[in-house]
Amino acid sequence: MNDLSASSQIAYRAALVQPARVHRIRGLSDKALAWLFITPTIVLLLAINIFPLIWTIYLSFTNYRANRPNVPMRWLGIDWYQTILTDPDIWAAMQVTAHFVIWTVLIETVLGFGLAFLIDKKFRGHGVWTTIILLPMMLSPAVVGNFWTFLYQPQIGLFNYVLAFFTGSGASSFQMLGDVTLSPWAIVIVDVWMWTPYVMLICIAGLRSIPDFIYEAAEVDRASKWRQFWSITLPMALPFIMLAVLFRGIENFKMFDMVNLLTGGGPGSTTEVASITLKRAAFESWRTGYSSAFAIILFVTVFGLANIYVKALNRVKSR
Amino acid sequence: MSIANAAHSIVEPTAGTRRFAGSLVMLYAVVTMIPLIWIVLTSFKSPDDAISYPPKLVFQPSLEGYCNLVTTRSRQTPEFIQTLGPPQGLCDGIARERNMVVAGPSNYVPRFINSLIIAFGSTVLAVALGTLSAYGFSRFRVPLKEDLLFFILSTRMMPPIAVAIPIYLMYRVIGLSDTRLGMILLYTSVNVSLAVWLLKGFIDEIPREYEEAAMIDGYTRFQAFVRVVLPQATTGIAATAIFCLIFAWNEYAFAVLLTSGNAQTAPPFIPIIIGEGGQDWPAVAAGTTLFLVPIVVFTVLLRKHLLRGITFGAVRK
Repeated sequence: MNDLSASSQIAYRAALVQPARVHRIRGLSDKALAWLFITPTIVLLLAINIFPLIWTIYLSFTNYRANRPNVPMRWLGIDWYQTILTDPDIWAAMQVTAHFVIWTVLIETVLGFGLAFLIDKKFRGHGVWTTIILLPMMLSPAVVGNFWTFLYQPQIGLFNYVLAFFTGSGASSFQMLGDVTLSPWAIVIVDVWMWTPYVMLICIAGLRSIPDFIYEAAEVDRASKWRQFWSITLPMALPFIMLAVLFRGIENFKMFDMVNLLTGGGPGSTTEVASITLKRAAFESWRTGYSSAFAIILFVTVFGLANIYVKALNRVKSR
Repeated sequence: MSIANAAHSIVEPTAGTRRFAGSLVMLYAVVTMIPLIWIVLTSFKSPDDAISYPPKLVFQPSLEGYCNLVTTRSRQTPEFIQTLGPPQGLCDGIARERNMVVAGPSNYVPRFINSLIIAFGSTVLAVALGTLSAYGFSRFRVPLKEDLLFFILSTRMMPPIAVAIPIYLMYRVIGLSDTRLGMILLYTSVNVSLAVWLLKGFIDEIPREYEEAAMIDGYTRFQAFVRVVLPQATTGIAATAIFCLIFAWNEYAFAVLLTSGNAQTAPPFIPIIIGEGGQDWPAVAAGTTLFLVPIVVFTVLLRKHLLRGITFGAVRK
């Protein structure tokens, strides 16, 4: 791609101004081709995403149950929405979700930014170590959740053994996944293990986007390293950090697979994040109408966040 | 990056700072690798070693986990086993030491094949659709372009369970439930949004002048796209394909809710591998290891494009 030097590009452009128009006439017109290229994607998304979404909205106003398709459908209006928004169980699930989202995002941001800051010092071999650190985030969350249940086993698990070794308590004296106070943290630990690299990778890009001359100017002005960090590094990397925070926030808000395999929402409902509540209502008690309404509520929330996310993306892009 | 370094010496970190930063990062990398290494080690342990306390670091390596993963075995009396001929293959030999004989292949093999078919099928479709759309969005004036692009991205943000409810009902009606085709279409629809965004970024970087020069030479727009743009975008298409492949390979929520026997992929299957008397951890670890190896290879191949992939092409380094 780089073989075309700047000067020859200008020459190309100059040569092309005239005839380009003439050549559009041959073959399919650009407009027809544009639609021919874009339509299949849009059709697929309409069929597999939008049509089902509209169906969900419709079902959320009815008493439909997927396991009893022959029961006559009744129109309920916004009953389900009222039920859900006043249901203490739903709010409990929302609290569990909030705990999970806030702590994971907070820890991942601090750790991820810290690692990025260190990697940005460009020590010998930093590329290799970065790749190694990135591995966990590429893995299947379900498979990760599953093998962490092995590490968390009270009798035989490595995690319990190491923790017991350092704290001096018995390895089977605590259960990461079976204890009401520990299990919310057990899922946070796994998520942090898996997704800190994600935040780190984006933060590295943020730190590299800061031009050296700003630090040079600060150095000339005898600003301390501490001052440089707070006045240059952090503010300039902030759009990137925000991007990572938003994306992790959205992803963890809808977290399902990893938690489902680690705890399945238990013990009791202490780790029952919103997606698990939804799955239980939709695919275990088959309250399709009710769960459709809950799905719509979750979707609207995510959609709002996604809107902010795209704005943040565009801001980063314009840098 | 290398150009920038030479001239700026006063802001370069000192050798001491570098070493300190390096050792902290290495420490994190080593700690973060322990769970993965542990799973790989466990896959080579015998069932007794896998659940011993304290956890064993040194052990007699065994392929029993892998054998248990790919075979089903039936328990027999030692007398009966003695009447049989010599063990058929490695796994039969291992099984006979435990008074069992191999009865047949396990369900892991078809699940793994399902994973391969569904992942590759949806990747090919998503990349094909994505390349066309990305070119369309990159080169032509499309009405409501920004809105369409946002719409395409937002479909990926939907919570999977919320999508699964109507898909479940829809597939039941049109007969796609628990079929590979159904899963391929579903994964394609999720991946196509990533493919469009990523590939648009890659195609934006190819100078328009290339095609325009080709069109002066008598190519139609479509020929220019096929013979000029596609070869230039090969790297981008390959990187995008790997991202799609990884997503489809790793996906669990749709797979566990929408498939049962026929089209089930490996992720919902691995956690339910049960041996005699509870979870067969070496077999689970073996299934996990086999499942993760392709991802490790892909991650190394992709390392230059990772950042782009996870930010939908917005951050390019």
